[in-house]
Amino acid sequence: MAFPDSDIISTVEFNHTGELLATGDKGGRVVIFQREQESKNQPHRRGEYNVYSTFQSHEPEFDYLKSLEIEEKINKIRWLPQQNAAYFLLSTNDKTVKLWKVSERDKRPEGYNLKDEDGRLRDPSMITMLRVPVLRPMDLMVEATPRRVFANAHTYHINSISVNSDYETYMSADDLRINLWNFEITNQSFNIVDIKPANMEELTEVITAAEFHPHHCNTFVYSSSKGTIRLCDMRASALCDRHSKFFEEPEDPSNRSFFSEIISSISDVKFSHSGRYIMTRDYLTVKVWDLNMENRPIETYQVHDYLRSKLCSLYENDCIFDKFECVWNGSDSVIMTGSYNNFFRMFDRNTKRDVTLEASRENSKPRAILKPRKVCVGGKRRKDEISVDSLDFSKKILHTAWHPSENIIAVAATNNLYIFQDKVN
Amino acid sequence: MSEKLSADSRCEQTGDEKQDTQEKETVIPERAEEAKLKAKYPNLGQKPGGSDFLMKRLQKGQKYFDSGDYNMAKAKMKNKQLPTTGPDNNLVTGDHIPTPQDLPPRKSSLVTSKLAGLWNARSQLIMHVKYGLRVA
Repeated sequence: MAFPDSDIISTVEFNHTGELLATGDKGGRVVIFQREQESKNQPHRRGEYNVYSTFQSHEPEFDYLKSLEIEEKINKIRWLPQQNAAYFLLSTNDKTVKLWKVSERDKRPEGYNLKDEDGRLRDPSMITMLRVPVLRPMDLMVEATPRRVFANAHTYHINSISVNSDYETYMSADDLRINLWNFEITNQSFNIVDIKPANMEELTEVITAAEFHPHHCNTFVYSSSKGTIRLCDMRASALCDRHSKFFEEPEDPSNRSFFSEIISSISDVKFSHSGRYIMTRDYLTVKVWDLNMENRPIETYQVHDYLRSKLCSLYENDCIFDKFECVWNGSDSVIMTGSYNNFFRMFDRNTKRDVTLEASRENSKPRAILKPRKVCVGGKRRKDEISVDSLDFSKKILHTAWHPSENIIAVAATNNLYIFQDKVN
Repeated sequence: MSEKLSADSRCEQTGDEKQDTQEKETVIPERAEEAKLKAKYPNLGQKPGGSDFLMKRLQKGQKYFDSGDYNMAKAKMKNKQLPTTGPDNNLVTGDHIPTPQDLPPRKSSLVTSKLAGLWNARSQLIMHVKYGLRVA
């Protein structure tokens, strides 16, 4: 079924309580879902998500100076922790970060003196009585208003935003630079990382993702296209070009090929909720690193190793450059990431079990149990298995999210969103 | 600590173990793929992951000669054909220079996402499905 490109979901994120789930798409729109309150009358509809608000966050722009089109696609959404009745989130495209306030209105003033209920102005000379407007209940309306626009601070394309645990600052990272912002100040940002070489011919790597530590407001990490991660401490110096820690797995030289560097490029980096580990995603694997051990990851999980013998065609159709994200569950015991053919993978760090599931309408009925999928590499294909050559590489799951405390996951499959909840016994 | 290291070796699958056979060169899948690629594109650059890719990445985004070019391209995309019909088109041969009334109106900011509309209509688009993986 054909759908416009603008419907492709480009980011998915739960808020800190899991009550809200935001999605951003290629058309610059944000759709927020809210979890239903649990009711005793309908226990089977425990906590389903309904549309709460939808708004246009970014519009396409044209950079006249460089004659370049600026896409409205939302690259990332990050929620701020809730501090009052309203919800706040950051959304960003390639160039501009915006702070949005989402608030509810369930009352409106009625009985104005100078205008009718439908807004038409009354003739002042016809007014003989003074009345005081009163607040009356109205149908719930959810409105989204842009509260801050943080623009013109990035020459290159923004790939990440991350809210600091101090809740006063956040960072935005592009290919070569990372900037620190204060939420209240839009006309200035502080550059904290700059890896642009004096001579662009000497460029060897770019920043691919960045994130603040969940508890230590002075610490952040950023990953590179060369498969390395740098941890920086903002107390050490104002400009964090020199890292405090450098995470890199030594490469086996006998494994080196044309594709080595491309597939080692890290597409996502995420701190665990505990703050003790970081997880990185490169083209074929997910790795867990202990912050105290820089020379190798402590765990490596193969996402779709069977693609190793398909790298030539994946390079030709550009799939080798796909940027998959990865997420932790609330207790940091399970990690999840997407793959092709609408498959996504979960790895249980404790039991070392893993599972491949599929997000597709054909194969899932409401309230059914998802059936594990298996890809067969060669030789005899069993009945339920799918062979590597039959995989649909246009069906990629790049973005997933995990509820902060419960076993509820959101999976974006191109233009469709799936929400799965764990089986209740 | 040692528990975690042994877990690491359990997680790694057979891809890397294959190299322990005698014929190292031919068994590594990436090398075979690299050979395929080089056969198709003999002029592939010396620096595979280097500046070429990065430059392409930094310059992502379609470049236009100027803003007029950009608006022409937008108009073409919408109309799917050169806007040659119309009574005032006796000026040109070839591409018609767009005048303000020819350009399609700018996309409305209020185009709602289909995701929201379909979700509300309770179509089969989204389901709540329970998965059986026992997680901590």
